[in-house]
Amino acid sequence: MAAIIQINKLRVEYGGAMPKVALKGLDLTVNAGEVFGYLGPNGAGKTTTMNVLLGFANATSGMAQLFGVDVRQPIARQRIGYLPELTYYYKFLTAEEILRFYAKIFGIAKSAIESRIDAVLKLVELDHARKRQIKNYSKGMQQRVGLAQALINNPDLLILDEPTSGLDPIGRMQVRAIIQRLKGEGKTVFFSSHELGEVETVCDRVAIMCEGELKAEGKVADLMREHGASLEQIFLKLIGYRAAA
Amino acid sequence: MNTVFAIASVTIKELYRRKDFYVLFVLSALITLMAEAGTFFHDDKIVRYLKELCLLLIWISALVIAVTTAARQIPAECEQRTIFPLLAKPVTRGQVIAGKSLGCWLAAGLALVVFYLFLIAVCGSREHAWPLLNYLQAAWLQWMFLGVVIAMAVLGSIVFAAPSSNATILFVVVIGILLLGGHLNQVALERPEPMRSVLYAIYFIIPHLEWFDVRALVIHDQSLIAWWAVAAASAYAIVYAVLFLFAAWLAFRRKALNT
Repeated sequence: MAAIIQINKLRVEYGGAMPKVALKGLDLTVNAGEVFGYLGPNGAGKTTTMNVLLGFANATSGMAQLFGVDVRQPIARQRIGYLPELTYYYKFLTAEEILRFYAKIFGIAKSAIESRIDAVLKLVELDHARKRQIKNYSKGMQQRVGLAQALINNPDLLILDEPTSGLDPIGRMQVRAIIQRLKGEGKTVFFSSHELGEVETVCDRVAIMCEGELKAEGKVADLMREHGASLEQIFLKLIGYRAAA
Repeated sequence: MNTVFAIASVTIKELYRRKDFYVLFVLSALITLMAEAGTFFHDDKIVRYLKELCLLLIWISALVIAVTTAARQIPAECEQRTIFPLLAKPVTRGQVIAGKSLGCWLAAGLALVVFYLFLIAVCGSREHAWPLLNYLQAAWLQWMFLGVVIAMAVLGSIVFAAPSSNATILFVVVIGILLLGGHLNQVALERPEPMRSVLYAIYFIIPHLEWFDVRALVIHDQSLIAWWAVAAASAYAIVYAVLFLFAAWLAFRRKALNT
């Protein structure tokens, strides 16, 4: 199976007044067509990994590739969609305008842009509000615009940073349905989440991170069989959590 | 190039969906119309004063629009975190800088068109003369001037932490160059060494923005500037703008973005 994300001995150190090693030689592979859950407590290194993959942060050493291309090359991001944890979009634009903007950036042919915008807006159920400025959207609607922009280029890899954070149950269900649908289409999804139940439902494989180190990686069922525990219990054990007596 | 134009188009949309431009235009129009309504000193040639006033307002307004728009582009992208979904696309930081600068420059150009059309209408209706080429040269050179100022503002927005400090420093520098830039060499002659060399060095390094201020061409209906001189001045402005943008790219390309 072809590796879509390939990370080898990735180390990231942050300098400044309080130096920190965010990733300590991470090795990780995500294969084509997988839904991969990236788990860990806050500060585990999940966001740093995504930042390196997306070119926001530089690795101190090691290597990271998307589709076999070094992540430092902008072309490595041609076939990916990214949904940040919170919505960061130009609030003065309408949903339609922001999607058109990103479509142009991806170099989608002019003739195909409008049909692609229609398709993603229908998918995230925002067709009725397409001409409204994003500043007038509810939080859930803004999150759905985020998902729409992540899908505008029909990506082969979707990177989602806590995609259901802050969403109501209906919003969560919709996001889960979209992930399942993408999986059905053979897309690769790499997402971080704190919702272990959700991860258990949709993921083929998971990785559990703690303090910049990979603690476990594998199929959810295999991990549960190996440890003889639920995913939540495995997670708590691997991150060294002890409940107060 | 599509990416640069796409980023530029968003910058232009931002300008016309904000209120800054409309407020400045309405203010300039009101002041000019009030001045036009008066018949000062029973002088029929009062239209010259009108032009002078209106052009001064246009220069101030265009400078304010250009500086405030350009100075906040990159910091606002980082602060509002819109830079992250943008850089997650196949976009380089150089394209972000080029797109933002081009957008600000085109937006400033649109603002200038509106301001000059108003000036032509007001003055033309009064003096019944339409020296359109004079207006064209004045507006074109002012647009070139704004191109250099915008490039300086974009560079400043990466170097300085706050857009307000960048804008303040830039206003001081630009107004300083406009007022004193052309006289620095004469001042240098009167100074002892090493101040003389320092002033000479500054004189030769700074972009001579005062060369682009040809308001007299419109106010006094002077004969047109030779087109080759206009082209040379435009090339001079482009070279400086490119140099400032190159420096901005050098500063921005490896800059850590706080996620």
